[in-house]
Amino acid sequence: MAIQTPTTPMHHPNLVDGTRRHILDLDDFSPEEIELVMATTDAMGEVLGREIKKVPTLRGKVIVTLFYEASTRTRVSFEEAGKLLSADVINVSSSGSSVEKGESLLNTVRTLQATGADLIVVRHPHSGAPYFMARNLERTSVINGGDGWHAHPSQALLDLYTIRQHRGSISGAKVVIVGDILHSRVARSNLWGLTAAGAHVVLCAPPTLLPQEFLDGSYREDPDSSGLASVEVTFNVEEAIQDADVVMPLRLQLERQQAGLLPTLREYSKMYQVDERRLKLARPGALVLHPGPMNEGIEISPQVAHGAQSLIEEQVHNGVAVRMALLYLLVANKEGPPSTAQDTPSGELPRRIRFL
Amino acid sequence: MINTTQPILIRGARIVDPSQGWDRAGDLLIGDGRIVRMAPAIRNGSLPKGCVVVNGAGLVACPGFIDLHVHLREPGYEDHETISTGVQAAARGGFTTLCAMPNTRPAMDNASVVDYVLRRAREANGVRVLPIGCVTKARAGQELAEMWELAQAGAIGFSDDGSPVANPHLMRQALTYARGLDLPVINHPEDPALSRSAPMNEGRISNRLGLAGWPAVAEETMVARDIELAALTGGRLHLAHISTAGSVELVRRAKERGLPVTAEATPHHLTLTEEWVRGHTTEGPVAGPLTYAAYDTSTKVNPPLRTRRDAEALLAGLRDGVIDAIATDHAPHAVTVKLVTFDEAASGIPGLETAFGALMTLTHKGDLPLITLVERMTQGPLKVLGGRGRGLGSLREGSVADVTLLRLDEEWVVRGAEFASKGKQTPLEGVTLKGRVAATIAGGRVVHSQVTGLEASDNT
Amino acid sequence: MLEPAPLAPQGENSQRQDASPAERQIMSAQDIRRALSRIAHEILERNRGTEGLALVGIRTRGLPMAHRLAARIQEFEGHGVPVGALDIGLYRDDVALHGTPVVHSTQIPIAMEGKNVVLVDDVLFTGRSIRAALDALTDFGRPKTVQLAVLIDRGHRELPIRADYVGKNVPTALHEEIQVRVEEVDGHDEVVILGERS
Repeated sequence: MAIQTPTTPMHHPNLVDGTRRHILDLDDFSPEEIELVMATTDAMGEVLGREIKKVPTLRGKVIVTLFYEASTRTRVSFEEAGKLLSADVINVSSSGSSVEKGESLLNTVRTLQATGADLIVVRHPHSGAPYFMARNLERTSVINGGDGWHAHPSQALLDLYTIRQHRGSISGAKVVIVGDILHSRVARSNLWGLTAAGAHVVLCAPPTLLPQEFLDGSYREDPDSSGLASVEVTFNVEEAIQDADVVMPLRLQLERQQAGLLPTLREYSKMYQVDERRLKLARPGALVLHPGPMNEGIEISPQVAHGAQSLIEEQVHNGVAVRMALLYLLVANKEGPPSTAQDTPSGELPRRIRFL
Repeated sequence: MINTTQPILIRGARIVDPSQGWDRAGDLLIGDGRIVRMAPAIRNGSLPKGCVVVNGAGLVACPGFIDLHVHLREPGYEDHETISTGVQAAARGGFTTLCAMPNTRPAMDNASVVDYVLRRAREANGVRVLPIGCVTKARAGQELAEMWELAQAGAIGFSDDGSPVANPHLMRQALTYARGLDLPVINHPEDPALSRSAPMNEGRISNRLGLAGWPAVAEETMVARDIELAALTGGRLHLAHISTAGSVELVRRAKERGLPVTAEATPHHLTLTEEWVRGHTTEGPVAGPLTYAAYDTSTKVNPPLRTRRDAEALLAGLRDGVIDAIATDHAPHAVTVKLVTFDEAASGIPGLETAFGALMTLTHKGDLPLITLVERMTQGPLKVLGGRGRGLGSLREGSVADVTLLRLDEEWVVRGAEFASKGKQTPLEGVTLKGRVAATIAGGRVVHSQVTGLEASDNT
Repeated sequence: MLEPAPLAPQGENSQRQDASPAERQIMSAQDIRRALSRIAHEILERNRGTEGLALVGIRTRGLPMAHRLAARIQEFEGHGVPVGALDIGLYRDDVALHGTPVVHSTQIPIAMEGKNVVLVDDVLFTGRSIRAALDALTDFGRPKTVQLAVLIDRGHRELPIRADYVGKNVPTALHEEIQVRVEEVDGHDEVVILGERS
C-alpha cells in the first residue's frame, strides 16, 4: 500500500478523563483506569452496605440490558446496579422482542439508540458483537456483558477486585485457571487483567480445550499479546494447583463432550475437578473463585464450592458493586468531548504493520 | 457474441505479451474483433479506413485478463450481483473473460441454467462469460450432475465451489467421468469436518478474537486427497483458491510427478493476511489492543485470510509457476449480509475492480515481474481452459482482440461505493493503490475506457 | 489499594493543585486555627454541650476540618463527639459540569436519629454541595437538626442555604477561585484567592 499519513484519531478515550464511551474488553485499559474502577467499586460497596442502598446519581438515565443469551448473574447484577444508581433499566431479551421476528442486531441497537438509551449492556453469542455495535452507535455507550468466546470484562474486573480485597495485591500471586480455556471469554478477559496486575497465571486444561497457540507455545512470540508471555500452561491439575494462591475452575459444558473434545464429563471430573484433596496442594488459605454458573461435581466439588476458601458468593456481591462503578464512570458524565465511531479505544497510538 | 467495431491502432505503448515473450514498445492494430498486427511500428499508410488512433504513451497494452473464478450470483441472488453488473465490474478491472461459478439459485447443474446465463451475458453485451457447471446435482454432493449435457451447453469445467466435493469416492468418479469430456474438475479444497465453517484462520488472531479457527490443515488434507485422486484417475484437477504454504508445497510435488494438476490463488490471499481481521486502517493492519475496527466483516472470506508466511509461500509459488493462475474469486454480497456480526457475515470479497491495483503492489515492490503477473492472468488460466480458450490470452495476429490497457503508476483510492459491482464491502476501502486499468477491449469492442480518444462502445 | 489523586473538585470550590502566579493568601495557618477554635466554641454554645452532637465532614477537605473541630471540642469539654465522612459524588446534580468525580466511601459511624448533626465543609459557594450532602445524609436516617459549619463563605448562593458557623466571609467575584489547603491533604494550612484582577 502507498504510505500515507495516519488517519486514526489521536485521542485515546479513557475513564479517567471521562472520554471513554465503551467498555469492550480489558486489553485497552490503562493501569490508571483499573485503579479508578477499583476505587469506585469500594465506594459502591459502601452504598451496598447501607440500609437505603439507593443513590440518585443516574436519575434520568436509561440503561438497556440486551441479552441474546441466557444469563442470571450478569444481567441481574447490571440491572440491580443501574437501579441502585436510580437509572431507568429496561431489559430486552432475544425472545419477546423484535429480535424474535428476525430483526438484525444493527437495526435493534439503532432503534434502542433512537429511543434514547444512554447505555446498552450486551450479551451476545458471537465474538465481536459489541465492537460491531460500538462502530454503529454515535450516542449510546456499550458495555460488553460477554461476547462469544472473546471477552467478559466486567467479570474479570470483579475477579480482580475480589482477589485484591482478600490479598491486598495481585502482583506475584499464582493464579490457576482450570478448564475450558478454549471456549472461555472469562479466561480471556482475566488473562489481560491478571497479567497486567502482575499475577503469575497458570492455565490448566486437557489439550483439546486449549487454544492452539497455548499448545504449541507460539503465544510467547505473539507481538499483540506480549503481556501473556509469562503465562504458563500445563495439562496436569496437581502440578498447576501446587502452591497456588488463587484457583479458578471454569464451567465445563456438556456440549464439549458431544463435540468430541472430551470422552466423558466423568473422565474430566476425575482428571481436573478442583476438590478438597487437590486444593490441599495450594497454599494454605488459597482463594477459590468461579465465574458461575457452576456444575458442582464436574469442575468443582460441592465441598470446595461451599467451603471456607470459596469466594463465589462474594464474587456475586462484588459483581453488583463493580457494575455500579462501571455504569457510574461511563454514564454519569455524558457531556465529555464528542467522540466518533472511529475512535480507537487503545491507550496508545496503534502500531502499524504494512504488508502490501 | 460481442459486436465488432471500427479498427483501433494503439501507437507507442509498452506491449507486454507473455504468449510471445514480448515486453517492449510497439504498435498494436485491432480490427474486425481480431488482432490484426503487432509490430515495433505500423505505418499510417497501412491503416484501414476509419481507424481510431490511440496515443499509447504511458500505457501498457497486454492481453485481456482471464478470471477463472467469479461469482456472478445470477440467477437467484440478483441483490448481490447480476451478470450485467458483474461484467461491468470485470471491464473496469481489465478482465475480458470470466468463468462463472455455478452456485446460483437454481444451481448451474443442468443445461437450461447454462443457457440462461449465456443469454444474460449476451444481453449484458460486455465481456465474455464462460459458465462452469456443477459437479453434483444441486451441489448437494450426492450424485453427479449431467456433465456431458452441461459441456454441450457450454460449460468449461465443473465445480461445486463454495462447497467441496467432500465425498472422496464421488470426487474420484467426477475426475474419471470428466476425463471423457476433457474438462477439468475444479475443487474447492476444504474438509468441512475440519474447518467446521469457522469464520477465520486458526491461529493466534482467532484465539485473540475468540473466533473459531479454520485450520490450514483442513485445506491441505483435501488438496493431498485430490492430488492422489488425480494421479489415480488421470482426470484434470484444478484447485481453486489455494491459500496455505502447505498447499503450495503439495501442488509443487504433484507437478514434479507430472500429474494433470493446476492451481489458482487470489489477489487477497497474495496481498492480505489474517492480521487484517483484527482491525486495519487504510495503511494496513493495526496492532495492539483491539479497536472498533476489529472484526471487520469485509475481511471475511473463504478460505480465510492466512498468515504472512502463507502469503509469502503463495507469492513464491506464483512466481515459479507452481500456481498457474491468479483468479479473483470475486464474491460480491449485498451490504445487509456484511453489516452483521463476524460469525453471521457472508464470506467473500468483490475482487474484480481491485485485483490489478492490489497485485501491482507486489510488482512495484519488485516481488513479481510485470510479465509474470500478466502471464498468470492470461496464459496461466488457459492451461485450465484448454481448447475452450483457443484464441484468447494472446496478442498474436489472428487472436481474439481482447486487450487491456494499463497505467502502472496511476494512484487511486478504492471506494466501494463507486464499484460497478453490487458488492461494495472491500477490505481495501480507502486504500491508495498504484496501478490502474485504463481501458478494456473485449473482442474488439471497447467495454471500458479512461483513455482520451478511445470511447467506450454504447452498450445497447 | 492505591487511591488515585482526585481528578475533579469534591467541594464546590477547591480547585486545581497547581498554584497560579496570581494567588493571594487570605488566611494563614494561624488564622485557620483561630477560626476553627471559635467555631468549636460556637457549636458547643449553641448545642449546650456535646449531648446528641455529631460532626459530619464532607469529603475531601471538610473531613479533616471536622476531625480538627472534634479535637478542639475534646480539648474544651473533656469528651469527644463522633465524626462521620460523607462523599457526595453520587448525589451531585452537576456532575456533567465538573467531570466525573472520583467517589469514595461514606462512613457514618452512628445512627443519625435524634442527633444534632453539624455538616462541615471548607467553602460555601453556590450551595449545591450542601444540597447534595443533605440528600446523602437523609439516606442514613433522620437527624433532629442539621447545622452547617464552613471555613469560608464566598457568597453567590444559588439555593436557599446559609451557614450556621463561618470562619471568614470573603466577598468574591464569580471568576475568582478560593482554595483551601489543609495539612492532611495538601501538606500545609492556608487559604488563598486566585484569579483576582488587579
